Amino acid sequence: MSEPRNITLEILRYQPAEGATPYFERFEIPFTDDMSVLQGLQYVKDNIDGSLTYRWSCRMAICGSCGMMVNGVPHLACHTFLREFDPGPVRIEPLAHFPIERDLVIEASDFVAKLEKIRPYIVPKEPRTLEAGEHLQTPEELERFEQFSHCINCMLCYAACPQYGLDSKFLGPGITALLHRYNRDSRDGARAERMALVHQDDGVWGCTAVGYCSEVCPKAVDPANAVNLNKTASALSFFARFLPGGGER
Amino acid sequence: MKRTYVRSMDGWWRRDPFFLHYMAREATAVFVVIYAAILLVTLARLAQGEASFGRWIAMLRSPASIVVHSVLFAAFLYHTWTWFRIMPKTMPPIVVADRRLAPWQITALGLAASGAASAALLAAVVALAT
Repeated sequence: MSEPRNITLEILRYQPAEGATPYFERFEIPFTDDMSVLQGLQYVKDNIDGSLTYRWSCRMAICGSCGMMVNGVPHLACHTFLREFDPGPVRIEPLAHFPIERDLVIEASDFVAKLEKIRPYIVPKEPRTLEAGEHLQTPEELERFEQFSHCINCMLCYAACPQYGLDSKFLGPGITALLHRYNRDSRDGARAERMALVHQDDGVWGCTAVGYCSEVCPKAVDPANAVNLNKTASALSFFARFLPGGGER
Repeated sequence: MKRTYVRSMDGWWRRDPFFLHYMAREATAVFVVIYAAILLVTLARLAQGEASFGRWIAMLRSPASIVVHSVLFAAFLYHTWTWFRIMPKTMPPIVVADRRLAPWQITALGLAASGAASAALLAAVVALAT
C-alpha cells in the first residue's frame, strides 16, 4: 500500500431544473495507488457530497455501467486508476454524445431502443425439440463471432464516435458489433432481418471510419471492424441484385 | 418529462488528438484530388500537341511547382500511411498458418505493396525516359 496522497476531481454536475446548466465542482480527496476513479467518486459520495450521482455496479469492468469521460477520454471508471492522473486535477464528465440526465448519469434510452431493434439474441433457424439435443458448433464457427460477443454495452464507443454525436440516428459502433455477433453465429436465422437495418442510411453508412471506437473499447471488441465489414456486406448485397439469381446475401 | 441536457458538438474535432489525426487524414485526400487534377491537365496538354505539352512541362519545372509538388508528396505519404493504418479495421480476419494476422502486419503488408508498386512504376518511367 502506498501512502495516501491528495488529488482534485473536477466533476461535471447537472441537476435538472428549469434553466439549469452543468457546472464543474472541485473535490479534493485522498487516494492510494490501488484506487480507481470509481472509488474516488465513492469517496466523494460517502464523505463530501451524498448528492453526487453516477451509475456503477460490478467494479470489475464487466457490467458496463460506469462509463464516463475521464480527462476527455471515454473510460470505465472502475477500470481506470487515479494514479495515472497524479498530480491531477482529474476532469470527470458524463459520457460524451449522450444527453445528461443528472450529474454523471446519461440518458441511454436511444442505445437501449437500438439494442432491442437488432434482436440481440439467437433467433433459431428452425424450431428444435429438447430431444434433438443442443446446437453444436465447431471452434471455427465460434471464432467467427467470439470477439464481438465480448461487448458489455458500456457505450464508451458511442462517446468516442463523433458521427453519433453529430447525428444520433446512426446505429453506431457497439450495436453494429452485437448485430454482427449474432449474424455470424451458425445457430442464428435472423440475418436478413438485421441486414435491413445495416443497409439504411443510418445503418453502417453513417460511419466515416474515424476508428476511435475500437481504441476506447475496454473489451477489445473492435466495433470499427464490425461496422466496416458490414459496409462491405451491404455494398455486396446492393450489387448482387444485378446478378442472375442475386438478392439478399 | 425528463429535463436532460444536450452538450454542443461545436469544435468536436479539436477535443481529442485522435480526432485531429482523423481530420488530417481526411484533409490530405484533398491533396490527392489536386494531384489527380494536375495529371489530368498534363494529359489534356499532351493531347493538344507538342508545343502545349512543352510549355506545361516547363511550368511544372518551375521552383513554385516543385514546392507545390513537395507539399503534395508529403501529404500523399501521410495519406498513404493513414490509409493502410485503418485498413485492418475494414478486413475480415486473415489466417495464415493457423494464426490470425495482427493489425500491424496488415498495415505493413499494405505499405510494402504500395512501396513496391510505386518503385516499379518509377523504374518503368525512368526506363522509358532513357
